[in-house]
Amino acid sequence: MSSEERAAALDMESDDRLGRRVELIISRVLRTGVMASLVLIVVGTLLTFLHHPGYASSPSDLARLTQPGAAVPHTLRGVATGVLALRGQSIVAAGLLLLMLTPVIRVAVSIVAFMVQRDRVYVAITSVVLLLLLLSFALGRSAV
Amino acid sequence: MTPLAFVLWALLASFLAGLIGSLLGLGGGIIIIPALTLWLHIDIRYAIGASIVSVIATSSGAAATYVRERLANLRVAMVLELATTTGALSGAFLAGRIATRWLYFIFGAVMAYSSIMMFRKMGGGSSRSRRPAPWADRLRLHSSYYDEALGKEIAYRVVSTRIGLGLMYVAGIVSGLLGIGSGVLKVPAMDLAMGLPVKVSTATSNFMIGVTAAASAGIYFSRGDIDPFVAAPVAVGVLLGAAIGSRWLSRLRGSTVRGIFVVVLLWVAAQMLLRGIRG
Repeated sequence: MSSEERAAALDMESDDRLGRRVELIISRVLRTGVMASLVLIVVGTLLTFLHHPGYASSPSDLARLTQPGAAVPHTLRGVATGVLALRGQSIVAAGLLLLMLTPVIRVAVSIVAFMVQRDRVYVAITSVVLLLLLLSFALGRSAV
Repeated sequence: MTPLAFVLWALLASFLAGLIGSLLGLGGGIIIIPALTLWLHIDIRYAIGASIVSVIATSSGAAATYVRERLANLRVAMVLELATTTGALSGAFLAGRIATRWLYFIFGAVMAYSSIMMFRKMGGGSSRSRRPAPWADRLRLHSSYYDEALGKEIAYRVVSTRIGLGLMYVAGIVSGLLGIGSGVLKVPAMDLAMGLPVKVSTATSNFMIGVTAAASAGIYFSRGDIDPFVAAPVAVGVLLGAAIGSRWLSRLRGSTVRGIFVVVLLWVAAQMLLRGIRG
């Protein structure tokens, strides 16, 4: 094996190893997002049942909680003030928001990971995906 | 039903949805929505909101495992996400401008056709295409994964990247317009058109559906369609189901995964055709 061939082989190997690192980083981002939101959702639900012991026995409460037009938190500010007041349902909502944000964070982290790999084509592809995602968030807000 | 009983039943149904969804690359909406509306009598708005949460939960819960085990093809996912997100945006733009009735017809027929094609491929094993694939070469999409059921590393080639992009664009539009999980369209596109092994197709679809759903989740949240009381047990149940299902996929035989997928695909196709007929 000539020195050039050996250099090329080494290059491919480090390329593979970098690729593997990208995969592990993305896997860890997903796992962390999922775990954190799981904790918030479970804690929020437990708090809800602690604050309202009647929920274990009263069927009419379910209708009130799930009827159309129930007081559902739908603004970031509403969720934030509810979390500070330790309201169970607001903590659940915060957990759900974090869960929804996890794929977006995953895309953002992939851009950085491909940059480290110096993979220009994939930095470009992933950046466009992130832009399109942010655009759809912006359009979604204006549509409401 | 008391609120406590609701939480427990929803948890159980969602656990099943997460288990099946993670194996097949679907969001589990086809289980969650009927379970919540027909069985637990939840308003359809909140059921759809909860099903969006369920898609993201299945995706993030299972993809962590699939990416680590190299079952999901990251590069294929990133490239195809270009088309699905563009499609989702187009779908949002087209909403209310075209009659969805015909879409149900067309896609019901397309899905019935794909299920037949996937069924016919069942006995074929892994005869991989040798066609030239300049785009896939350029984007370095070819890869391999370790198959636990076969006990060996399986190398595969990716073909027809441009056709795949076109199909994913359409899948994005459909999920934006009809609100159906686009996994049922993504898996056949990768399996039939692009030559990916079926387990890689479902794992990669799983990885992608989270991004498609996240694009519309913000809209559902600000409309107040995501009721935390309904969505909480769904999210927890689905996450647990997906965590377990994603550990099974590598050990299942490809033909088993394909068989379950064909049945689910036929079921969804029949439902879509029915909705098209009813108008």
